[in-house]
Amino acid sequence: MASTVTMTVNGKSVTGAVEARTLLVHFLRETLGLTGTHVGCDTSQCGACVVHVDGKSVKSCTILAVQCAGADVMTIEGLAKDGTLHPMQEAFRDNHGLQCGFCTPGMVMSAVDLAKHNPAPSEQEVREWLEGNLCRCTGYHNIVKSVIAGAKAMQG
Amino acid sequence: MTDTGIGASVKRREDFRFLTGRGTYTDDINRPGQLHAWIVRSPHAHAKIVKLDTAAAKSAPGVVAVFVGADMAADQVGGLPCGWLIHSRDGTPMVEPPHPPLVTDRVRHVGDQVALIVAETRQQARDAAELLDIVYEELPAVVSMTDAIAPGATQIWEQAARNTCYDWEFGDRAGVEKAFREAHHIAKLDLVNNRLVPNAMEPRAAIGDFDRATGEYTLYTTSQNPHVIRLLMGAFVLHIPESRLRVVAPDVGGGFGSKIYHYAEEAIVTWAAGKLAKPIKWTAERSESFMSDAHGRDHVTTVELALDKDGKFLALREHTLANMGAYLSTFSTCIPTILHATLLAGVYTTPVIYAEVRAVFTNTVPVDAYRGAGRPEATYLLERIVDVAADETGIDPAEIRRRNFIPTNAFPYQTPVALKYDSGDYFTTLDMSLKAADYAGFEKRRAEAARRGKYRGIGIATYIEACGIAPSQVVGALGGRAGLYESAEVRVHPTGSVTVFTGAHSHGQGHETTFAQLVSEMLQIPMDSIEIVHGDTNKVAFGMGTYGSRSLAVGGMAIMKAVEKVVNKGKKIAAHLLEASEADIEYKDGKFQVAGTDKSKAFGEIALTAYVPHNYPMETLEPGLDETAFYDPKNFTFPSGAHICEVEIDPDTGVTRIVNFVASDDFGRIINPMIVEGQVHGGLGQGIGQALLEGCVYDPKSGQILTGSYMDYCMPRADDLPSFNVATHNVPSTDNALGVKGCGEAGAIGAPAAVMNAVVDALSALGVKHVEMPATPQRVWQIIHDKRTAKAA
Repeated sequence: MASTVTMTVNGKSVTGAVEARTLLVHFLRETLGLTGTHVGCDTSQCGACVVHVDGKSVKSCTILAVQCAGADVMTIEGLAKDGTLHPMQEAFRDNHGLQCGFCTPGMVMSAVDLAKHNPAPSEQEVREWLEGNLCRCTGYHNIVKSVIAGAKAMQG
Repeated sequence: MTDTGIGASVKRREDFRFLTGRGTYTDDINRPGQLHAWIVRSPHAHAKIVKLDTAAAKSAPGVVAVFVGADMAADQVGGLPCGWLIHSRDGTPMVEPPHPPLVTDRVRHVGDQVALIVAETRQQARDAAELLDIVYEELPAVVSMTDAIAPGATQIWEQAARNTCYDWEFGDRAGVEKAFREAHHIAKLDLVNNRLVPNAMEPRAAIGDFDRATGEYTLYTTSQNPHVIRLLMGAFVLHIPESRLRVVAPDVGGGFGSKIYHYAEEAIVTWAAGKLAKPIKWTAERSESFMSDAHGRDHVTTVELALDKDGKFLALREHTLANMGAYLSTFSTCIPTILHATLLAGVYTTPVIYAEVRAVFTNTVPVDAYRGAGRPEATYLLERIVDVAADETGIDPAEIRRRNFIPTNAFPYQTPVALKYDSGDYFTTLDMSLKAADYAGFEKRRAEAARRGKYRGIGIATYIEACGIAPSQVVGALGGRAGLYESAEVRVHPTGSVTVFTGAHSHGQGHETTFAQLVSEMLQIPMDSIEIVHGDTNKVAFGMGTYGSRSLAVGGMAIMKAVEKVVNKGKKIAAHLLEASEADIEYKDGKFQVAGTDKSKAFGEIALTAYVPHNYPMETLEPGLDETAFYDPKNFTFPSGAHICEVEIDPDTGVTRIVNFVASDDFGRIINPMIVEGQVHGGLGQGIGQALLEGCVYDPKSGQILTGSYMDYCMPRADDLPSFNVATHNVPSTDNALGVKGCGEAGAIGAPAAVMNAVVDALSALGVKHVEMPATPQRVWQIIHDKRTAKAA
C-alpha cells in the first residue's frame, strides 16, 4: 500500500512514495539518498540512525516515514552549514571522537540534542545520555570528551 | 619533526567526510539496475534438508530468481577455503570439511545459508522468503565442546572422528614434566575464555556486479583485505581470474577481525550477479550478523605453572579445547595454535612450555580471529595463573611479575616457544602503571570501601603480543597458505603531488592520516600534496590487508621502501641536472642537493623532469617517477605493556564498577599519538566488555543462539566504561627500519586479565579464587551469596 509523504528534510520540502511499513531511516537512505544516517541494528539499540525530528533526537529506525508527514527532519547532512562544521562536529574531530565513522552521525546528532538540553553536561551525564548510542571503536573515552567540548563550543 | 610529521597528533583527514555523513560504506552504494538479495538461513543448529521447493517463492511479487545450493554446485562453485593448515601431533593433517556457500543437503548451525532470493526490493525478497517451502529433519545438536568430543557424540562431519579438527601439541613436553616433578609449588587453574561476537557497528554487506560487455565481475564488500577476498573467491570458489575480478572495500565501519574472512555471501552475490547479469546487493541485518559473522575466542583451558621456592617460573603447560564452530573460517585454525601457544612465555623467562590444543567442531557459528586473536587467550590464562601463583605463594602480584620479567638487557631474547623478541622494557611499563594507579596506596582504598560495604580489588596484567604478521617463510613453514608481506606504490605526479597506493586497509585506523604523515616526513613535502588510496583491487596492485596490528609495521614499511626508491631515482635525475655524481646527492628538506654546496633541485622540479624528460639521462634511466615495493617483515613485532584495573563491587547488586584503569604500553615508534591513544581506548573497551559484559550464549540442547541481538548480547555502553588513563614508554623495534610495533590490539589483550584479577582480588576476602568471564552482576552476586551462605552455615 503505497502512499506519498511530504516533510521538510534539512530545510527542503521533499515528497516521496512510501509503504505503510517504510521506516523513516529507509525513506532517508533509499528514497532521498541521504546515506549519512546509518542502520547498525534491527532492535533500536545502536543509535547509528539518530536524526532530529522537530528538533528532538529520534532513532529513525523507530518511527515510520508516514508519521513524519509535515515534520521538520534534520539529518547529519544538514548539520554543517556552507562547508563549515557545526561546533559539535568540530569537537569530534578535535578530540578524535570517531574512528570508523559508522556510529558517528548518530552520536553527533544525539550529542547536539543533549547540548540543547544541558549546555554544560558532566562526564556522567554525557555517558548516561549516550546509553542509546553504541560505538565499538573508541571505548567512548574520546566521544565523551568530544561531547563535553562540543556542548561548550555550542554556547560560544 | 614538522607539525604534520612523525610524532605529531595530526587531526584525521578522513573525519570531515564521516562527520558530515559523506562516508561511503558498502550499503551506501547503489548500482544502476540493482536487485536485492535476501539469504534464507537455517533456523536449526543441525538438520537434514528433506524438501526444498522454490516454486511459490519464485512467483512472489518482484522476485527475479531463487537459487539454492544445487544451482551453485551445478556451476562447479567451490567451497570457502581455510587459509592455514595445522597438523595433529600424530602428523595427520587437520580435518577440512567442505564449506559450500549455499548448503545442499544439511545445515550445521543456526544461520547456515540455505537459499538466495533476489527481488526488485529488499522487502520483496524478504517477503518471498516466507514462501520458500523447506522441510528439515532435525538432528541432535552438538553445542558444548566437552559434549562434542565425548565418545558416541553425534558427528557433525563424518570425516571428523569425535568432532575433532586437529589435536595439536607444541613445546617441550618432557622438559615441562621434569620441571613440574622438581617444582617447589604448582599453581593450577581451569578457565573459560568466553565466546564473543565481534559486532563491528557496520553490518556486513556485499554487492555483486557483472559487466556483460567486458565479462568483468565487481564485488563491493565490507572487507579488511580486498585483495585476499579477490584471491580466495576468484581462485577457489568462483574460478574467476584476478584480471576479471575487481574487489572494492570502500569505507568500512569497523572490523576487529570479523571482516578479514571470505564469507559465503560475497561469493553468492557475485555468482548470482553473473547469472542474472545484474548488480545484486545484500546487507546483513544485525540478527544475521550474530549468526553469520565469525565469532571470537571460545576456549576451555586448564593451565598449570611450576615455581621454585623464590617464585621463579620453572615451567608452564596448558591444555585447551578450541571451538571452531561448524566450518573452518579463513584463519580459524591458526588462532588457537600459531597465534596463541607461541605467546605463552609472555614477558617472562619461563624456560620450558608445553601446550596441547584440540580444535573441535560444534553446531555453532564458525570462530576465527577477533581483536587480538589467540593472544588475548594466551595473556588471560598466563596472567590469571600468575595471580593464582602469587596468591598461593604469598608474593605480591607486582613482585612475582618483576622476578620473572625478561631482563631489559637480555634482548634479543629467544623464548622457548619459537618467537624471538627484539626489544622491550617490561619493568618500566609496570612501574609507570603502578605509580599511575597508586598501587602502594590501594589497601587504604580497599579499607575505605569496606567501610561503605563494598568490595574493592586491584588487578595487574602484563602482556606481550606478536604483531606485524609476518615473515612469509616462517608463515609457510608453520602451515600458512599465504605470504604475509605488504605492497605499496608511491606515484609522484608531474607537478610533484603524490599518490600512495597501499595494500593495507583502513576501517577506522586512520591510515589516510598516518601514512600521509609518514610520507610527508620522508619526502619533506606538505601532507596536503599526498593522497592515500586503499581498498580497491583495480587501483592498488596487491595487498594482504589489515589485521594483527600489521598496517604500519608491514604496510608502513612497504611505503617507506617505495619512498626510498623514489628518492634514489630522484637522486639519479638530480645528479644529471646538477652535473654531479649521484653519490654526492643528498635528499634533505624537500630538495636534492649536491653535498656541501648550495646547488639543489626541489622535489617538484625532479618530478617534472621525470615526466618532461628533455634534459634526462635517457640511456641509463627510464622516465617517470612511480615506484612499487613489497616488504616482507624480518620478524614479528612485540608490543608489550602493563595494565592495572581497580574495581569496586556492590555485594547487594553484584555490579562491578571500574573505578580506575591504567594502561602503560610500549608500541615502539609512534607516528600519531592521538590515533594510538584512540586505538588503546577502543581495545580496552572491548577487553572490558569481554571481562564484565559480553558472552555469546547458545542453548545447550537446541543450539539456538540466545544472545542474538543487542537486546540480549551486552555490548559495552558509554556508562559501562570509565575514562582511561593511558601512557606509553616506547622502545623502538630493532627489526624494522621504522622502529614501529603496532597498537591495535593491546587494549583487548591486556584488559580482560587486569579486570578479572581485580574482580578476584576484590572477592578474595570471601575465599574466591577464580571468577569466569563475563563477571556479570548475576554471576558476581551469586558467588558472593554462595560464599556468604557457606560461611554462615
